[in-house]
Amino acid sequence: IHFILLFSRQGKLRLQKWYTTLPDKEKKKIIREIVQIILSRNQKTSSFVDWKDLKLVYKRYASLYFCCAIEDQDNELLTLEVVHRYVELLDRYFGNVCELDIIFNFEKAYFILDEFIIGGEVQETSKKTAVKAIEDADMLQETVEEYMNKPAF
Amino acid sequence: MPAPIRLRELIRTIRTARTQAEEREMIQKECAAIRSSFREEDNTYRCRNVAKLLYMHMLGYPAHFGQLECLKLIASQKFTDKRIGYLGAMLLLDERQDVHLLMTNCIKNDLNHSTQYVQGLALCTLGCMGSSEMCRDLAGEVEKLLKTSNSYLRKKAALCAVHVIRKVPELMEMFLPATKNLLNEKNHGVLHTSVVLLTEMCERSPDMLAHFRKVRQLSFSQLVPQLVRILKNLIMSGYSPEHDVSGISDPFLQVRILRLLRILGRNDDDSSEAMNDILAQVATNTETSKNVGNAILYETVLTIMDIKSESGLRVLAINILGRFLLNNDKNIRYVALTSLLKTVQTDHNAVQRHRSTIVDCLKDLDVSIKRRAMELSFALVNGNNVRGMMKELLYFLDSCEPEFKADCASGIFLAAEKYAPSKRWHIDTIMRVLTTAGSYVRDDAVPNLIQLITNSGEMHAYTVQRLYKAILGDYSQQPLVQVASWCIGEYGDLLVSGQCEEEEPIQVTEDEVLDILESVLISNMSASVTRGYALTAIMKLSTRFTCTVNRIKKVVSIYGSSIDVELQQRAVEYNALFKKYDHMRPALLERMPVMEKVTTNGPAEIVQTNGETETAVLETKPPPSGLQPANQANDLLDLLGGSDITPVIPTAPTSKPATAGGELLDLLGDLNLTGSPVSAPAPQIAQPPFLLDGLTSQPLFNDIAAGIPSITAYNKNGLKIDFTFERSNTNPSVTVITIQASNSTELDMTDFVFQAAVPKTFQLQLLSPSSSVIPAFNSGTITQVIKVLNPQKQQLRMRIKLTYNHKGSAMQDLAEVNNFPPQSWQ
Repeated sequence: IHFILLFSRQGKLRLQKWYTTLPDKEKKKIIREIVQIILSRNQKTSSFVDWKDLKLVYKRYASLYFCCAIEDQDNELLTLEVVHRYVELLDRYFGNVCELDIIFNFEKAYFILDEFIIGGEVQETSKKTAVKAIEDADMLQETVEEYMNKPAF
Repeated sequence: MPAPIRLRELIRTIRTARTQAEEREMIQKECAAIRSSFREEDNTYRCRNVAKLLYMHMLGYPAHFGQLECLKLIASQKFTDKRIGYLGAMLLLDERQDVHLLMTNCIKNDLNHSTQYVQGLALCTLGCMGSSEMCRDLAGEVEKLLKTSNSYLRKKAALCAVHVIRKVPELMEMFLPATKNLLNEKNHGVLHTSVVLLTEMCERSPDMLAHFRKVRQLSFSQLVPQLVRILKNLIMSGYSPEHDVSGISDPFLQVRILRLLRILGRNDDDSSEAMNDILAQVATNTETSKNVGNAILYETVLTIMDIKSESGLRVLAINILGRFLLNNDKNIRYVALTSLLKTVQTDHNAVQRHRSTIVDCLKDLDVSIKRRAMELSFALVNGNNVRGMMKELLYFLDSCEPEFKADCASGIFLAAEKYAPSKRWHIDTIMRVLTTAGSYVRDDAVPNLIQLITNSGEMHAYTVQRLYKAILGDYSQQPLVQVASWCIGEYGDLLVSGQCEEEEPIQVTEDEVLDILESVLISNMSASVTRGYALTAIMKLSTRFTCTVNRIKKVVSIYGSSIDVELQQRAVEYNALFKKYDHMRPALLERMPVMEKVTTNGPAEIVQTNGETETAVLETKPPPSGLQPANQANDLLDLLGGSDITPVIPTAPTSKPATAGGELLDLLGDLNLTGSPVSAPAPQIAQPPFLLDGLTSQPLFNDIAAGIPSITAYNKNGLKIDFTFERSNTNPSVTVITIQASNSTELDMTDFVFQAAVPKTFQLQLLSPSSSVIPAFNSGTITQVIKVLNPQKQQLRMRIKLTYNHKGSAMQDLAEVNNFPPQSWQ
């Protein structure tokens, strides 16, 4: 996977994860382009779009579009499953996740994604394990009091 | 100073902004607050501030001043800080940033941290965006973690290793020992990431691949059986709630294993045999009701087609694809078409069975599906189904999106050229294309069609009549008008004499014909080239028409003062023909001789029919400006040192050779007309019949001789040239080679010229290439057709010379191609 984008039906970006290095300007341009392409596709089209030398796999869940860019030799149908799995993880963690959850807790969305995918490849195929890891890590996060009292270094 | 507002608070506030300007104001205010907070080195709230900064970054606002703060957070002892710090690093500190490398030490320390979640953060960050230097520095740590027994870390380390290898391939060796036991794990996460790691290694290095295929040491059991075993367990084992997706056990792992098996089995009989059973099992037992099952089947099909599987298995695979094609789900159809496109070369007959379904897909609403269906249809056209297929494809041309029309038109031309059941059908088809998609047709189409028409002697009257009727109503489509003008100029006498046999002849007077040609000349819609055609046609009619010569003289003299230099020059010369050289006019404007199919250029070019080359041919005359420069055959000769190889002149619209090609040329040479060398009266004829373009990266025609394997003739410096073969049924000593040149570097290759030479007993004919630019990143190809006549059935050898411009410098290379498969010349 080269990158993952989450955006709303109005084209507002909710999450961007890049697994390749590109200049900021380039990223912005790509995002604009892809959002436009996907938002203009109607219901009857397939979930795959040829774009430059990559394939875009996208799926809409409620008001959010999830879009992955994969290489030529990657399996498109499996990527749909990857997207679905990510949504399931979010759902399990937040409990009936909706777009607002992702807006207000975007950093958690990133953490969950990082527990599922590293470097563009899936690292954990068990829902239970992935979510448990996040929850355990959450436990490690200091409470505000602890935070104030512990020295920084 | 009051505590900075919390992240959620900020988000809520920003969302209340009603306009972009309001939002920007809020953001700027907050940024200022954050900046001053950073300046004060406030440790307590740094985390919160960076988090807010990241949110604003996602909205599109600049956040670079937070980079150093991220570093400080990473260095902090608090887990919360580290978490946000690493997130910030992944978002803001990619390898293009100067401060990127400063992370290295922190990551190193964290890789050895006592808490596994901190180690996890470090591995994740390194694995997502570590630069090459960073990877080099930390590879050792990663390798250590790869051997740990903690599966949480092991799986992350494996993917980190994948990233390291991608950035610094030389380090691959280092991870090899650690891979020994990876597959003995029970943990699916580790298994999955291990398979990914092994896949990456095998894909990158043939040595690694060979290594993994064989048994090396006692403790290193053979990879393929191991994978087969794991896969089997997945399929046979009962329900496992942890990894279940719609009734299938860990599909992610299954697909990855199948993909690794594909790489291992490619071109390797033993490995392929070892996996035949399991592939059959997966193919038959997987549930197809949900997307998951189909994903696995898809991967299975790809694997079966790519390895050396037995034919029963291949048929099974194609049938699965056939079933996919009938599926209601668009995604599945899309995937099926893509796979069929890949396999149509090797398993042509099997794919033919699904032809009607594929043709139906032409009517689908989805653009990607239509494109693939079109490409596949072209690949499936053959002598038997050409009429039916053409009907569908012409209908498709009518109704498809503009972005397809050019490719579709070219494809139709190509297919019509190869499989036309009759000349009339061929001409009808081309006319239909010109009328429906005339403006999208490539420029080569015009000369090709003209040559085709010349060669179908008995159809001249029919053709000119149809063309006349076509432009009568509408002369805006340039290619159509050009062809029509040429034909009318050439066969106008047949038109007015009403001699058509195939159709009801129409009554046309000479004046009416001249009317239409003049309208073309005058019309604003006509391109300069088209006007040239029209003027020349009018001139030619001066010898074919009887009553309107004065009118023609008048028209020609008017254009003697045209602003368009090309028209002016022609008009002046034609005028001269009328005045001083009127006795020559009939001879000059005589009917074009039939162009033999073997030669590809018009009368202005030398005929190369025998092995005895006229080497003096293309020597000295400099090409006229505006026409493509001739490829000098002499270069090739010089290089080859005049050995037994016979050079062949690649066909391109060229200069006027001094030696005899047609009486026309001699006459013109003697005439010493004004100005630069005059192009022959029908200037654009000198084009080869074949129309090729880089429609896809795969050749479009099918292999009549049931699969002559294609070869890679040349692969160096990012330039790859593949040869695909086809044998003619009608003439067994002719082999048609289609070359495809692709460019995997990051810059285009321009002015690409391909030349070839073969031993003396062969004849070679090189047709015009589809273009002279090979785009970068394998995003397009140049195609060119070579026809080889091999009457003595000798082993085919070829020497090729490539010249092109790349990265600002001129490149040139010579190579010999010796790996022609026996079926291509026997």
